[in-house]
Amino acid sequence: MTAVKWAHKNLFSGVWNTILTLAAIYLIAVAVPAIFDWMIFSAVWTGDSRAACLVPDAGACWPFVTANLKQFIYGRYPDAELWRVNLTFALGLAGLVPILIPSMPAKRWNLIYLVVAYPLIAIVLLAGDRPGLVGVETSLWGGLLVTLVVAITGIVVSLPLGVLLALGRRSEMPVIRMLSIGFIEFWRAVPLITVLFMASVMLPLFLPEGVSFDNLLRCLIGVALFSSAYMAEVVRGGLQAIPRGQYEAARAVGMSYWQTMGQIILPQALRHVIPGIVNTFIGLFKDTTLVLIVGIFDLLGQVRAQLSDPTWIVPQGATTGYVFAALVFWLFCFGMSRYSVFMERRLDTGHGKN
Amino acid sequence: MSDKSKIMIGVENVNKWYDDFHVLKNINLTVREGERIVIAGPSGSGKSTLIRCINRLEAHQQGRIIVDGVELTDDLKRIDAVRREVGMVFQQFNLFPHMSVLDNCTLAPIWVRKMPKDEAEALAMKYLERVKIPEQATKFPGQLSGGQQQRVAIARARCMQPKIMQFDEPTSALDPEMIKEVLDVMVELALDGMTMVCVTHEMGFARQVANRVVFMDQGEIVEEAEPETFFSSPKNERTKAFLAQIL
Repeated sequence: MTAVKWAHKNLFSGVWNTILTLAAIYLIAVAVPAIFDWMIFSAVWTGDSRAACLVPDAGACWPFVTANLKQFIYGRYPDAELWRVNLTFALGLAGLVPILIPSMPAKRWNLIYLVVAYPLIAIVLLAGDRPGLVGVETSLWGGLLVTLVVAITGIVVSLPLGVLLALGRRSEMPVIRMLSIGFIEFWRAVPLITVLFMASVMLPLFLPEGVSFDNLLRCLIGVALFSSAYMAEVVRGGLQAIPRGQYEAARAVGMSYWQTMGQIILPQALRHVIPGIVNTFIGLFKDTTLVLIVGIFDLLGQVRAQLSDPTWIVPQGATTGYVFAALVFWLFCFGMSRYSVFMERRLDTGHGKN
Repeated sequence: MSDKSKIMIGVENVNKWYDDFHVLKNINLTVREGERIVIAGPSGSGKSTLIRCINRLEAHQQGRIIVDGVELTDDLKRIDAVRREVGMVFQQFNLFPHMSVLDNCTLAPIWVRKMPKDEAEALAMKYLERVKIPEQATKFPGQLSGGQQQRVAIARARCMQPKIMQFDEPTSALDPEMIKEVLDVMVELALDGMTMVCVTHEMGFARQVANRVVFMDQGEIVEEAEPETFFSSPKNERTKAFLAQIL
């Protein structure tokens, strides 16, 4: 009875509502089984060449993904050195997981490890121009490895830099304010693709002969500065939500500017803008796919590259590859989104009302 | 109050403008150690601006303000030195909502006075007891009533052990039934011998604790007298008109 009542109230309460409900049911009935059929029931799951997928009415060609999984994750990273990437992933997870769990102790050391120690370890492990390790050119890096390197660098650099820029933009010192505004407005007004092109193609023209630095590194810097400008504006929104009385109360007890910001203003302001910060992170994560344009193969680029592999040229190959890439991106972005929801709830109850 | 006791606040010929608006006009005011001054006046008379100038939340443009022997200039070190010695209680409490009551009280002693944490907490508990809410120490400001929040704000200011306490309309944002609990705490503070400057409309409080009442109107100090004289025989017409409205 209650189900019928509920349906009547929520789905069939009027003519217009009923039409919409029926249309929605029709769409679901058409689309959902077809998607499931393509992805699961009609999909090809095993095989070692294109022949396996060349069956009539076949769905997704998953063996294409499993056979190329190594390329999708590591790019052209040498087989003998893959342990270094795996170790880097593992060390990253070992730092990341405990910091995400609020009840884990020693947050300060955890953060220092993640922000200071881990990047250095990761650079040595991945690039490896150190005794005992074979150097691996970044042009051999690819797939998820590159996606994560670009995204995590962007995230780790953009939050602190964005906070500084936001504070700078609200500074009473004219020079600092002008520089911050100039920086933010410049990077925000330029498309990321342009930034990447400039970094990869134009910058070498301006550098003196013989001086060159890594293409991937140039893109990392471009992405980091680009996202810092966005982050700065998100953080500034949070700063503007803090009542003037909070500044005055802090200054009235003799706290310095940095004490006021660090203890009073930023903890409140950043809490207000968690959705915006995570939004920027997610946008950044997906924008990493643009590095393809300057010849760096991130996950999506690597999927595209493998599509031309003659062993696996099948009609449904492209769709399968793109769906796989989409699923991986969705997993990471959805994870970030859920974590931010969890964090917001936690902070909300922790601080009582107000 | 004898004229020999130390001058804590000296305001000499102070003028201040907001753009074209002349908000403080030739203000002269002397507050001696242990004195309790109530500043009264209609809204917009510049009384809040005056006490905000005394701890440099706002800057004056002409004249001199000397607090505890330190003249307020643009020098940030001097400003912070003065602010450490001048406790401030605001109309809107301005507690830090993301911190517990105890952390609100220990923050400045720990960061500004560099006091060890346990010492700061003991001090905070002492002053929370003085404002009669030690049992709220672990709560957050949002969980307290307005009166309780303002008492926490007083305790927070006292934790810096200032030489002077300033109050900027401390009871104006409170529901009537909460005004008394805050005034009681302020009276007790006065009995402790604290040097106090209060901007308030609570004339009963002025009568009870003030050594002097200063009446301001349109950016000027119009009249300054002991409460007895001020309430019974005000000289200036504007004072009379104001008192007629408020009493």
